[in-house]
Order: sequence, then structure tokens, then C-alpha cells
Amino acid sequence: MVDNERYEAYWKHNKTYIIVLLSIWFAVSYLFGILMADQLDSIKIAGFPLGFWFANQGSEVIFVILIAVYVKMMNSLDIKYDVHEK
Amino acid sequence: MDILTWTWIIVGASFALYIGIAIWAKAKTTGDFYVAAKQIHPVLNGMATGADWMSAASFISMAGLISFMGRDGSMYLMGWTGGYVLLAMLLAPYLRKYGKYTVPMFVGERYYSQTARVVALICAIFVSFTYVAGQMRGVGIVFSRFLEVPINTGVIIGMCIVFFYAVLGGMKGITYTQVAQYCVLIVAYMIPAIFISIMLTGNPIPQLGYGSSLSENGMRLLGAPEGGYLLDKLNGIQKDLGFSAYTSGGAKSTIDVFMITFALMVGTAGLPHIIIRFFTTPTIRGARASAGWALLFIALLYTTAPAVASFARLNLMQTLNNKQYSEAPSWFKNWEKTSLVAWKDKNGDGIMQLAKGNAFDGKIAFQKDEAGKFVKGEHGENIVTTKQTPIEKSKNELYIDNDIIVLANPEIAKLPNWVVALVAAGGLAAALSTAAGLLLVIASAISHDLMKSIVKPDMSEKGELIWARSAAGVAVVIAGYFGINPPGFVAQVVAFAFGLAASSFFPVIIMGIFWRKATKEAAIAGMFSGMAFTAAYIIYFKFMNPPAFNVAANWLWGISPEGIGTIGMVINFAVMMIVSKMTKEPPIEVQNMVASLRYPREIK
Repeated sequence: MVDNERYEAYWKHNKTYIIVLLSIWFAVSYLFGILMADQLDSIKIAGFPLGFWFANQGSEVIFVILIAVYVKMMNSLDIKYDVHEK
Repeated sequence: MDILTWTWIIVGASFALYIGIAIWAKAKTTGDFYVAAKQIHPVLNGMATGADWMSAASFISMAGLISFMGRDGSMYLMGWTGGYVLLAMLLAPYLRKYGKYTVPMFVGERYYSQTARVVALICAIFVSFTYVAGQMRGVGIVFSRFLEVPINTGVIIGMCIVFFYAVLGGMKGITYTQVAQYCVLIVAYMIPAIFISIMLTGNPIPQLGYGSSLSENGMRLLGAPEGGYLLDKLNGIQKDLGFSAYTSGGAKSTIDVFMITFALMVGTAGLPHIIIRFFTTPTIRGARASAGWALLFIALLYTTAPAVASFARLNLMQTLNNKQYSEAPSWFKNWEKTSLVAWKDKNGDGIMQLAKGNAFDGKIAFQKDEAGKFVKGEHGENIVTTKQTPIEKSKNELYIDNDIIVLANPEIAKLPNWVVALVAAGGLAAALSTAAGLLLVIASAISHDLMKSIVKPDMSEKGELIWARSAAGVAVVIAGYFGINPPGFVAQVVAFAFGLAASSFFPVIIMGIFWRKATKEAAIAGMFSGMAFTAAYIIYFKFMNPPAFNVAANWLWGISPEGIGTIGMVINFAVMMIVSKMTKEPPIEVQNMVASLRYPREIK
């Protein structure tokens, strides 16, 4: 039983990570890059209008970071709940 | 040395490398053949996935497409990268834990049903064939443009190479050649981009360069009287010529851009040739990390592409518009013979004008004399025989193909001949690596899912390996046939491949992992309804009606056939949930298997 609770907790924890990270995934691409792009374009960083930048490059860069963060967090989560590969 | 000699040398050397790797990495077991014995390091697997993913279209056409679409083109940039986030979090680690060889096999076992497996099998083969035909054609086109051989000869050379390493090496051979191909293609893409960035802005990082100001050298090259941010400059010229600003959305509605981006993302995560790459890592940690490496390697090219697009767009407008033909840059004249660029003096002023709209109706053709030589017009240009768009409709006099942006890049940057040759080798690497990955999906679907599991379960390991090799061989030949005789709808079927992957595999796999109670009936009903809806919508607009009918006013909620896979996916999910509630829940062994997928270690 104790084992089962541990497994359940691990899976719940994993799902929380996924929900948080995918919310960011959605925000940077669909919100910033598409739905709000016109409004964000009034802000300029160097020569880039911000909405255009998110659509063109920003979301891709953030996608890479999101996966890196997930990998790191899951590697410690695996160990914390003792479900890692040996 | 001239370009042709350089191209033969560099392309020849790259092919020799691929063949050498194939001999070294020969597959000895079915495990080698299907999943490279699960011994691929995550970083190498990331590179291989990058090459597998980036096709001839990504390498040759994408920058051009973005260059003409402005911000709307970002849907390809986001759509073809965002799927990896889904793969890393929702698919790759769990499917790696499952550990078997193919996507249809997972679907069949998870949904305890041969029917589900067969439906998945048909989807996998259909999606892979539609995709691979375009790759073989891409190989032929690169050969014909750079090596001056007929397209068909190019396709056959490409077939022989792929045949050799896919049939011999299976997944193992393919993986290591893809690693080499990634290196070739990324170097070939980056070198011209870096030099153009330095030329125009002085910034050696193209990703930052297009947000910088024009350098003095750049102003001189473009004949621009004043400097300022490159993108501001580009917006200004676009507006002057009647286009919408480059950095703002233009032709497509927001909802359509949204839906297409989404369909491309979930389609990516549902494509079998990408999913199976994550079966090859030694560990589950490795599968997660591998998705990250893959996206990093892909993003290197995908963040450079929009920079190349902006540089090229600005350069095109500045150096071609309102110039006499005799003053046109040399690359324009060099590429005229390939029909990728063309000019016809509509208003008779002897000057080239660029404006909104198409200059011609239909495919470009030039007038030739009996000896097959181009007939020259009064300014020295090739005479276009294609029907021109009436001047009242569009003042545009120039045809510029999307592909020219990448292909002519080295000449625009005035780089040495060997760089041009490298771009040819890069284009071939991109096309060959994608073709090989797809062929493996087809081969394993036939030998493992059809022969071993359904037709002849008592087959030996050796027998299965023979089947796998033969299936790969036959698939190469069929793909080559479609490369030589491309069905007229090749451009259309890409929408199909993504739409079908999004509306069939993605929901079924996600539900299979995240919801223990998803039932067999639900999976079959879900795949069928999602696919039927998506296919019907695409066929209705793309094949049953004339192109003039395929416009926003007729679409469902303004969603184009390219984006409809998103709705198909939603239907699939909804049907699965409802049907699962109504049918008997899955056997306990299946529920336990689903639970076991969630934990890296074996649990009891």
C-alpha cells in the first residue's frame, strides 16, 4: 500500500509539472505569437517587434528551455520517489 | 575549380561517407534493425532525429516560404518545433518504457485488439508513403539543379544510396548516417546565413543579425541611402510596393494561423517516424533528454531560417525592383535557366517592377529555338511563354520561386564555389535522411506488424529480418516510382500527412498512456471518426472542388484544410471519452501495463 501511494504521488507530481510547463508552451506560442501578437508588436526590443519575435524565434527558444527544465525536474523526481532506473 | 566539379566532389564524398557508415553499422538482429538495439546515445539520437525531421522542404523551401509570407510564415516555425515539447512530456518516455518496436504494435497491445493494430498499421503506411514520395522528388530536384543531370536520374541515384544503407543497416545504419547527415546539412545551412548576416549588419549571429541595424557595408550593397533597423527597412519597402508590413500578419486569419499551428504541432508528435526514434535510446531518462537535444538541433536551423528569409527578402526588393535587366545581379541571370526566376516587361519601360500579385498564371516556361537554346529578349532576358497576368490585375513583372532564397544564398553572399556545392550536399542530406526514416517505418510495419504478428507468427528471427529487408527494398522502389512519376497532388498530401497523424495517432496514444480506462472500442471509434472527418474535409476542398472554392468563406469556421486536423483531433478525443464510458473497461492486465508505463523502473 505504501508503495502504491508513493507511485500515485509521483504520477500526480509529474502531471502537475506537465500542466505548468504546457501552459507556458501555450502562452509563448499561441498567446504571444498569434493571439496577442499585434498588441505586443508595439513593444520593440532592438529591431524586433515583440509579437513578431515570439512567433519567429522566441517560442522556439523557450520550447528548448521547457524541455530542458522538464528533463531536469523529472530526473530528480524519479530519484525522490525512488522509481529511477538502476 | 568551377561549381559543378566542386559539387560532384563534395556530394560524392558525402555519399561515400554514408555508405561507409552503413557497412560499419550493419544490422545483425531484428532488434538492431527496428530500434538499433536501443544503444543510441541521447545526443546522437537527438541529431539523428533532427535529420530525420528536417526534410527537403525544411532545408530548401521553408525560408523562401517565410520570406514571402512574413509573420504568417511563423506558423511553420512554431508548428514544426512545438510538437517536440509534447513528445518530451506526453509520449517519448512512456513509449520508450513500453520498449517495443512500432507504433501500431503499441496501439494493438494497449487496446488489446488486432483491429486497432491494423487501423494503425494502415495509417502509418499511408502517412509515411505520402511523405516519402516528396523526399525522393526532392533528391531528384537537387541533383538536376546542381549537377545538371535529369531529375529522374537523380531520383535513381538517391534510391540506390538509400536502398544500400536502409536495407543493410536498418535503424542502426540509418541512425548513424543521419548523424552524419545532420552535420552536413547544418553546416551547409549556417555558413551562407552567417556570411550574409555579416555582410548586411556586421553581426555574425544571423539569429540576432536580422534584428540589428544595417551596417555601412550593407547599405552600400543594397544601395540604400540611409541605415536603421533592418526589419524597419523591410517593412518600409514592403509598404511602398503595396505589400503588407513584413512583421505583421497578412493574408491569413488569426483563427486559421492558430489551427494550422496546432495541427502541425500535434501532427509532429503523432508521426510514426519521429516517435520510433525515441525507442532507440538505452534509458527512459535518455528518451526525455533526447527530445530536448533533438529540438535544440532543429531549432538551430529553425531560428536561422527566419533570418535568412528577412535578409533575402530585403535583398531581393532592393536589388531587383526598378532596376534594368542588364543591372540585375549575376545570381538572377544564373538561376533564370532553371525557371526559378523570370521577368517579362509588361509595361514596356525596360525596367523590372516588383509588386503585389502574381506576374504569371501557371508554371514558368521559356521560349527555345530548334537547338534547345533559350531565345533572348531585347534586354537579354529569357522570353517567358507562360501566360502573363494582365497588368490591370497586377503590375508585378517578376516571378521568384520560394526555393531560390536558400539555393541562391551563397551566390547572393558572393561566397566561394565550394559553399554552393555544400548547399547541394546539405539539401541531399536533408532529403535522404528523412526518406530513410520513413522507409524504416514502412518496412517494420510490414515485417513486424503484418507478417510476424498477423500472417506468420511462428516466423524465426532470421525470417523476420529477411522480410524486414525485403520490405525496405520494395518500399524504396515504390517511393522512387512516385519520385519519378509524382502524383499531381504531392503538395496537397503534406496537409494530409499532418492532419491524419494529428487526428488519428496523437489522441489514441495520449489516451492510451494517460487514461487507464480508455477501451478498445473507444480507440477504434476515435481513430476512425477523427480520420474520417479530417480526410473528408481535405478531400472535399482539395480534390472534389476547383481551387477557387477553397477559400475562407466556404470553410468551417474559417479553418483551412491545412488546419482541420486540429478539429479532427478534438473529435477523436471526444469520441474516445464517450465510448470508453459506455463500454466494458479494459482487462486488468492492460490497466496494469498502462500503469507500468508511467514509472521508469519496473514496478510490481
